[in-house]
Amino acid sequence: MSATMAAVSVDLTARARELPAKEFREVVFHVEDLGVSYNGNAALQDVSLEIYRNFVTAFIGPSGCGKSTFIRCFNHLNGLIPGAVVEGKILYHGEDLYGPHVDPVEVRKRIGMVFQKPNPFPKSIYDNVAFGPRVLGMTDRLDDRVERALEQAALWDEVKDRLKASALSLSGGQQQRLCIARCLAVEPEVILMDEPASALDPIATTRIEDLMHELKRDYTIIVVTHNMQQAARVADMTAFFSITRGEEGQRTGILVEYDATSKIFTQPSDKRTEDYVTGRFG
Amino acid sequence: MSASASSLRSDRPRGRWVGRLFYGFLLFSLVLGFATLGALLVQVFLEGYKWVDLVLFLEPPSADPLIAGAEPAILATIFLGVLLILFTVPLGVGTAIYLEEYADRERWYNRLLEVNIQNLAAVPSIVYGILGLAFLVRGIGLGRVLLAGAMILTLLVLPTVIIAAREAIRAVPDSIRQGAYALGATKWQVVWRQVLPAATPGIATGSILATSRGLGETAPLLLVGALTYVSFNPTLLGEFTALPVQIYQWVSRPQEEFRTLAAAAIIVLLGILLTLNATAIWIRNRYERRW
Repeated sequence: MSATMAAVSVDLTARARELPAKEFREVVFHVEDLGVSYNGNAALQDVSLEIYRNFVTAFIGPSGCGKSTFIRCFNHLNGLIPGAVVEGKILYHGEDLYGPHVDPVEVRKRIGMVFQKPNPFPKSIYDNVAFGPRVLGMTDRLDDRVERALEQAALWDEVKDRLKASALSLSGGQQQRLCIARCLAVEPEVILMDEPASALDPIATTRIEDLMHELKRDYTIIVVTHNMQQAARVADMTAFFSITRGEEGQRTGILVEYDATSKIFTQPSDKRTEDYVTGRFG
Repeated sequence: MSASASSLRSDRPRGRWVGRLFYGFLLFSLVLGFATLGALLVQVFLEGYKWVDLVLFLEPPSADPLIAGAEPAILATIFLGVLLILFTVPLGVGTAIYLEEYADRERWYNRLLEVNIQNLAAVPSIVYGILGLAFLVRGIGLGRVLLAGAMILTLLVLPTVIIAAREAIRAVPDSIRQGAYALGATKWQVVWRQVLPAATPGIATGSILATSRGLGETAPLLLVGALTYVSFNPTLLGEFTALPVQIYQWVSRPQEEFRTLAAAAIIVLLGILLTLNATAIWIRNRYERRW
């Protein structure tokens, strides 16, 4: 347990980050009293926080704390699950994401997502990256767009000679970078990553993490992870979620603490956060 | 050393006997099915192969077995096959897409629909024949024509095609749909550009197998009026016969030569059906995907 703590602190000093003061941060998402329920069972409740532009924000917490449910609220992906109800408010640049006239397709154009398990389409590498631009009608100079996206995802050199090959022929780590490239090709503002490295080996994981550092210059990144070291390595802000039990024993996710990553990992203000990051719980 | 070696010996001889017995039963089942089918095929082949000649393919039937052929029947069966594919694939795939991608399973009418499709696949083909006679031939006055035959075979194989297409669509993992949605694709784009292409091999295989089953049917065609003696080549809205009907008719003749002719026609019919099935298997192997 103390080893965990030590590893984390070393990382923090190595990457010592100066976060801009609050008044200089641009708010991308303003989340207020958000709750999600599936068929009447609350999976997540009372979440309020702000996501800042060009930050990497990590959601950490034990399994079942609702962090994946939460990240899926930002691009309306919960709407695909029958019985899912989202309550409360998410403002995206001041506009209500769940307002009556919001088109989920428009939302997803601006807010891309990378999934836990690499999910390349069973098509060629090129067609994978070109899919987004094609469905959105951004087919002008498509080749350049595909190349740029693959370069940004640090995959171009590995695949430039075999763009027509099946995406399924790539390794797991390459597939995940292809999924990132696919997401970048439509030039979103925000990238949601739901445990993007949990199915990958350590080397592929490192590449994804390096990529996140690169990408945050141009994008706002939200990442769900159950790997605390990863949060410590990549995130500027970290939100810790936990589980409460209701009267009938039902488990509901809640936001415990949200702060600068260095603060969460070195001097958390909540006892539950401290227990979790030091490995005493979860 | 020797003590530990002896402890590895089986002390449950009974279990081994049960195992062998079961293995024997499995072999028996396999052999019974295959041997019967094999004997049948060999017998038909030996009896009829000499009569599979140009006369069979190029001449109309006749009262004289020596100059009788099955050209109208062979052409009609091919016609029926093409029409079957044309009718069943759009209808079947459309229904499957609705049920898998659009239907809200909580709704009672969708559940009713599902149960019905499962049951329709089990309805005997003669019942479809009666439906065809009452509804297509007499009801809407189509008459005893090839189109009516194709339509009734369509109804017959449609449930099978729907079920096969649904399986294929369901086998496309949800992560593909979510990945496409997350890029801003609309429902239509997700279905049309991701789900359908990924499901195409399964759909093609299922449709072809269902079609070949339909082409072997005799009963419904007899009821919608496939004639046993047609000396002209088939047209869409003309009277027609089909290979199974022709075979049925020849077999029931008293003369030995007609039975031989029937065996020859069976070889042709089997050839058509096995070609279709082989195509289905080829498509499945060629495009099979592992997720």
